[in-house]
Amino acid sequence: MAGPLLQLSDVHASYGPVHALRGVNVTVNEGEIVTLIGANGAGKSTLLMTICGNPKPAQGQILFQDKSLVGMPPHLIARQGIAQVPEGRRIFPRMTVLENLQLGATLADPAHFAEDLAICYGLFPILEKRQAQRAGTLSGGEQQMLAISRALMSRPRMLLLDEPSLGLAPLIIRQIFQVIEQLNRERGMTILLVEQNAYHALKLAHRAYVLASGEVVLTGSGRELLANEQVRAAYLEGGAH
Amino acid sequence: MAAPASPSTGTPFPLAHRLRDAGIAGLVAMVLAIPFLGLRTVNLDQGLVVQANLAYVPLAGVLVFLGRLILGLLAAPLAKAVAPLTAWRPPASAQRLRPWGGPLLVLAAMALPFLPFANRYVIDLGTTALIYILLATGLNITVGLAGLLDLGFAAFYAIGAYTCALTTTQLHWGFWPALAAGGLASSLFAVLLSLPILRLRGDYLAIVTLGFGEITRIIILNWQGLTGGPNGVSGIARPTLFGLTFDRRAPAGGQTFSEVTGIAYAPEHRLIFLYLVILALTVLAAYTVARLRRLPIGRAWEALREDEIACRSLGINPTMVKVSAYATGALMGGLAGCFFAARQGFVSPESFGFMESATILAIVVLGGMGSQAGVIIAALFIVVLPELARGFADYRMLAFGLAMILIMIWKPGGLLSGRLPTIRLSTAKPKPVAEAA
Repeated sequence: MAGPLLQLSDVHASYGPVHALRGVNVTVNEGEIVTLIGANGAGKSTLLMTICGNPKPAQGQILFQDKSLVGMPPHLIARQGIAQVPEGRRIFPRMTVLENLQLGATLADPAHFAEDLAICYGLFPILEKRQAQRAGTLSGGEQQMLAISRALMSRPRMLLLDEPSLGLAPLIIRQIFQVIEQLNRERGMTILLVEQNAYHALKLAHRAYVLASGEVVLTGSGRELLANEQVRAAYLEGGAH
Repeated sequence: MAAPASPSTGTPFPLAHRLRDAGIAGLVAMVLAIPFLGLRTVNLDQGLVVQANLAYVPLAGVLVFLGRLILGLLAAPLAKAVAPLTAWRPPASAQRLRPWGGPLLVLAAMALPFLPFANRYVIDLGTTALIYILLATGLNITVGLAGLLDLGFAAFYAIGAYTCALTTTQLHWGFWPALAAGGLASSLFAVLLSLPILRLRGDYLAIVTLGFGEITRIIILNWQGLTGGPNGVSGIARPTLFGLTFDRRAPAGGQTFSEVTGIAYAPEHRLIFLYLVILALTVLAAYTVARLRRLPIGRAWEALREDEIACRSLGINPTMVKVSAYATGALMGGLAGCFFAARQGFVSPESFGFMESATILAIVVLGGMGSQAGVIIAALFIVVLPELARGFADYRMLAFGLAMILIMIWKPGGLLSGRLPTIRLSTAKPKPVAEAA
């Protein structure tokens, strides 16, 4: 492929009356884990949602596999091979775990279903035990695992993860980050990860961007940013567990 | 050490509190009784005269006081008495019978007209109940599965009925082609309606569908040239069995059921036939819904109810899902309407008012959103209960309302609120799911 897998250039977007993104440039290459960190309200989640088509960018260009995503409705963006694990997980609570995974496979070839299901159960064995249970009765960590698995069931080219560690116990967070790393290493999955938990996120990222007030203020490899004084002061104080 | 004031945790309030509570209720009742009971208009020779009859006011106060007091004192024992009822779950052994529930119910329903106690009245009542089951099965797709509140479902019912009425009287179609036309016409209107309301959610959606229901009825009422306005349409073709009618004498060029089969003519035959037709339609609709729930489209309906944003992120087009839910629901509403028109032989706008929409919605909500068995139980309840209460006709709506309130207190999710998974696993090992299309 000529260009990077995903390229955002000079993207502006508003979320309601808030001008949340002010000319953001981000690239994600095939096979990379790229992390976005930043304080609350810096525009991290808005950036992910803009890629997914809601809100639509007011200005700028978003290219995925050299194809423009600007103006495309969300469900068509998903069909390009971008799977999103939304903030707050958004699983289907009254449906069973297996039904959630079936819905995740809406776009995939049904012939792959058993194979993909086995992959997800391999990543998160607890889901296999819970498969007949209603998803709303799962614990927070299990719901996050389900949300990630559901996204994987569509065999995406790229996975967008919005704060997968939100509200989870440290042990579960570690497990989830391990799986993210494993997905990238073993399956070459390209991942764009938004995180508050900067320490974990930067440790596994190939590259990272720091967002503040809707702009990219710093960029570099995960290691560089982990060592960066500003980043340490702003995002890592007390977070290095 | 005994604490006589509160023998159990069930009665946290002492008697004095109960008395004061009842006293307030009694006072409120007396204030309300002044206009409601104390003053009445009487038609005398010199015109309408207001007559004061204040003796009722203290009587109402005393009655409400006593009623409130007794209710307050009985609340705790009553709650204890119904606790096992609300906590009741079918035993695990009943789960094994579940696959047989549907076929057994259909067999029982088929046998009903031939049972010794089945007179005209019972068969007629059964037909009415089945019409409501079919209507509620349709609305259940929109409201129960896809989660799109629809307060104007009677519009689709009306469109089906009038399509049937007009095609059979104006174009001289038979019942069966008219039935297909009625279903399709309703479905088509549902698609047209759903396009402008796709962006609406919740309350706004409810208001627009309410408006659509009323607009449809008012157009039918006022388009005198086509629909006959308030006079309605009469002379609608009756259903036939492979061209055989159920009349005493065959129409020109036709034959009757009794002539061909040699069974002596009886007016009940038509009723039984109508009953079996609506039973077949309802069974077909229920079976279709059960199948659709296992297909991607049905799963998408339910997923849309759960979370629209998540649906879009999975590549599901919410527009298509909503339109298909409306269209499929309306198709069943249209079939029910068409059958209704043919059964009555006459339609008028009165049959399709807001009360009709509300009744169908009540069946869906009472039954437990999305549950087919719940729809059947609730429809029987709503159709049969007012019939049983015919003896005290004036209080029918009161009894009906009371029953609704009690159900919503004890079973807030509806009679059958549990959702059946669309796939189950017979063994602990995950079977590859073949139908995951």
